[in-house]
Amino acid sequence: MNLQEHNISDNNFEQCIKCTVCTVYCPVAAVNPAFPGPKQAGPDGERLRLKKNNFYDETLKYCLNCKRCEVACPSNVKIGDIIQSARIKYSEKKPKLRDFMLANTDLVGSLSTPFAPVVNAVLGLKPTKAVLDGVLKIDHRRTFPKYAFGTFESWYKKEAKKQASFPRQVSYFHGCYVNYNNPQLGKDLVKVMNALGIGVQLLKKEKCCGVALISNGFINQAKKQAEININSIRESVNQNNLPVIATSSTCTFTIRDEYPHLLGIDNADVRDQVELSTRYIYRLLMQEDIKLKFNGKKIKVAYHTPCHMEKLGWAYYSIELLKLIPNVELTVLDSQCCGIAGTYGFKKENYKTSQDIGESLFRQIEACDIDYVVTDCETCKWQIEMSTSKSCEHPISILAKALE
Amino acid sequence: MKQDTKKPFDVIIIGGGATGAGTARDCSRRGLNVLLVERFDIATGATGRNHGLLHSGARYAVTDKESAEECIKENMILRKIASHCVEETDGLFLTLPEDDINYQSKFVDACLQARIRAEVIDPKEALRLEPAANPSIIGAVRVPDGAVDPFRLTSSNIMDAKEHGATILTYHEVLEFLREQNRIIGIKVLNHRTKEIQEYYAPVVVNAGGIWGHNLAKLAGVNINMLPAKGALLIFGHRVNNIVLNRCRKPADADILVPGDTICLIGTTSSKVPFEEIDNMQVTPEEVDLLLREGEKLSPLLAQTRILRAYAGVRPLVASDNDPSGRSVSRGIVLLDHAVRDGLEGFVTITGGKLMTYRLMAEWTTDLVCKKLNVNVKCDTAEEKLPGSREEESEITKKIISIPKTQRNATIGRHGDRAERLANNTSLDNSLVCECEEVSVGEVKYALNELDVHNLVDLRRRTRVGMGTCQGELCACRAAGLMTSMHKYCTRRAKEDLASFLNERWKGMAPIAWGDTLRESEYTTWVYESICGLTLSQKQEE
Repeated sequence: MNLQEHNISDNNFEQCIKCTVCTVYCPVAAVNPAFPGPKQAGPDGERLRLKKNNFYDETLKYCLNCKRCEVACPSNVKIGDIIQSARIKYSEKKPKLRDFMLANTDLVGSLSTPFAPVVNAVLGLKPTKAVLDGVLKIDHRRTFPKYAFGTFESWYKKEAKKQASFPRQVSYFHGCYVNYNNPQLGKDLVKVMNALGIGVQLLKKEKCCGVALISNGFINQAKKQAEININSIRESVNQNNLPVIATSSTCTFTIRDEYPHLLGIDNADVRDQVELSTRYIYRLLMQEDIKLKFNGKKIKVAYHTPCHMEKLGWAYYSIELLKLIPNVELTVLDSQCCGIAGTYGFKKENYKTSQDIGESLFRQIEACDIDYVVTDCETCKWQIEMSTSKSCEHPISILAKALE
Repeated sequence: MKQDTKKPFDVIIIGGGATGAGTARDCSRRGLNVLLVERFDIATGATGRNHGLLHSGARYAVTDKESAEECIKENMILRKIASHCVEETDGLFLTLPEDDINYQSKFVDACLQARIRAEVIDPKEALRLEPAANPSIIGAVRVPDGAVDPFRLTSSNIMDAKEHGATILTYHEVLEFLREQNRIIGIKVLNHRTKEIQEYYAPVVVNAGGIWGHNLAKLAGVNINMLPAKGALLIFGHRVNNIVLNRCRKPADADILVPGDTICLIGTTSSKVPFEEIDNMQVTPEEVDLLLREGEKLSPLLAQTRILRAYAGVRPLVASDNDPSGRSVSRGIVLLDHAVRDGLEGFVTITGGKLMTYRLMAEWTTDLVCKKLNVNVKCDTAEEKLPGSREEESEITKKIISIPKTQRNATIGRHGDRAERLANNTSLDNSLVCECEEVSVGEVKYALNELDVHNLVDLRRRTRVGMGTCQGELCACRAAGLMTSMHKYCTRRAKEDLASFLNERWKGMAPIAWGDTLRESEYTTWVYESICGLTLSQKQEE
């Protein structure tokens, strides 16, 4: 019989055998009973929604898209994708002004950076927080990431000539966070790459990867930005032969996996050439005869595995790279969600869930005797810095500090 | 619990299928004191083993105009009286490149003659309406087909009968007919649950036993030559299509794909089977192959869709010739007054027909019963709505708004306005027993309290517990636990019932046990046998 031999259905939820391990690993289900959990919201719900779309339940918005369910699933069901796709397809709730502001990192960032000192001060004021909380439903207990005075891109312009002089090049997808909030991380990356003998190029045109647009329901805008990014990446990879590296694990994950799975954007020709800076550097050091010169200072760090790093399976590279630093004392924290999930934790209705999820991680961090928490995700950094007494840095920044 | 066997009923109905239930409803609504006895549970025979297709009659239009006309009339009536059992999906009759396109005009003419709406539409439009249809179709006709849930329909008829005073005894098997000269005056039945033997009397006994009516008639001493024709079907794990898909050609094997609740079904085959086999239908590999091969032509997606189960029913056709396929036999209703036919007073057989015409069959039967009893009350079953179909969905939703949304939608789908019974659910009642089909503790309690449930299979027919993709993996033990805590049975019987329920589920999976279905059933076995220590292979030792 040749029928059903290659039973690979697009309806991947059929592979679910109801073992429910996804729900066990779901950080939200553990703390928020209003969320039906990944099995119910994903494969089970999808089957009902195929019957009639009124089975769509707005409680799916509580999913923070960490994809830990997908990592846990032994049947390879794309549970997180099923949930996010259902939100895109069925949700009738229109995004609010708040969602627009949180999602448009590019717009808000470029409006804020020129006035960074003022914006940062105002955002820190109690009356501002009260207004944000009352009017926009952005939780008043949340600390905002500081805006930088001047963007990474404007700094880079002055650097471009020097970078072009290196015989070997990579392209860098810096993301909104580096551009508007933490240009230092971008500068650190340039420093590390230069130390490896590699110059850093920017993409012809870079837009926000769109992760916040997707999670806030601005799908068309996300698609437009994704197209622009993929075209720039194509030019870099296919025409200029330059791989693209990024410092943000979420941007990397979004470009590689969410583009095809949620936005229907085919990236198969360039996907393998988009990767995380730590992985790129670690593999380079392992494969080629390149040595970094370190200053040998003692440093104690604890690595936190962001959810999307867990999904990518790349936490290994960041951890191994940190281990290469002489005199480093490294603790690897239990891999668990910190609770913020991008813009999720900023929303008033999610604040408690967000902090409850992170609770055990915060406790573990507080119990460590360390100089820094290290992580590849910027929003994890905000959450950890807000919720613990420790400061949090990117592995590239730690590496940059350790260089001679 | 001893029944007062002295007091006679007005009418005894044998058979708890749609026809028996419909007759019980009709008789009781006309003021008769009704007893219905059923060997197993309601809807266990052909009623529960078909497509669940709300025929427009189009399928019979060319070959059997009378059936077609009956179908479309009943179709319109069921939409009205049984709205919570019916889904108004419409149907498409597709012409494939291998089919004769000339059949289409003949088909449409025949439909219109039988007063069935039949609208030729552009194949592109058909594909827009139903993207799952085969993209290579060269013709399409839209007709008022739909889906009907036979369990709900039967249960609803039983409910209405009970509310009009009828006595319903499930798990009661007729051992013999009680006679007085040339007259049937009652029945002797075995209560399978208590093993008691009981006699019941009534001036009229109705044989509504479907294919089993053949042997019942024999027991009463009359001969009806029935033809058991087996029809096998496959259930797919989810809905592939939302419109009924048919082939626009002479009725043949595996040419109807029906979306029914959360799943869809392809069927059927047709083959003559000996009477010895009718209690234990097995689906053969050849039938599975045929169903898939033909089903794929209606919707190529079926080739990549997980199959949940295979099952077969037996059509109760009354033989009129020696046709081996059983297809050219009329699906017409056969009502036999054995007083006229065989000189046996007090005995009536209703057979033939089909699920679609159950109400009409019940009406004719009740008319005859009333005539015999000199009762002159008009039938109102075509106008009066069934329990569950009496309120709008929006009204019911308001009453049970506190129930979580998906659960609420699912439970309203199953019970219609009777879902209001769940209005006082506690949050514990809102926890799920069956996760695939969203059946809550509250819904199970309602079924246990009000819907004549004696075991897990009965519960499945009332609530869809165990009918989802997990086929009992997560829900069966929870449901058995609830039944025990509500004193439906003891722990030992609960374990036996659990094992027999899981084995019954496996029986349907065995013919299609490959891929994810096999993987999941292995997981289920592992959970129950290895983790819980349940013995599935044989009955628990006494």
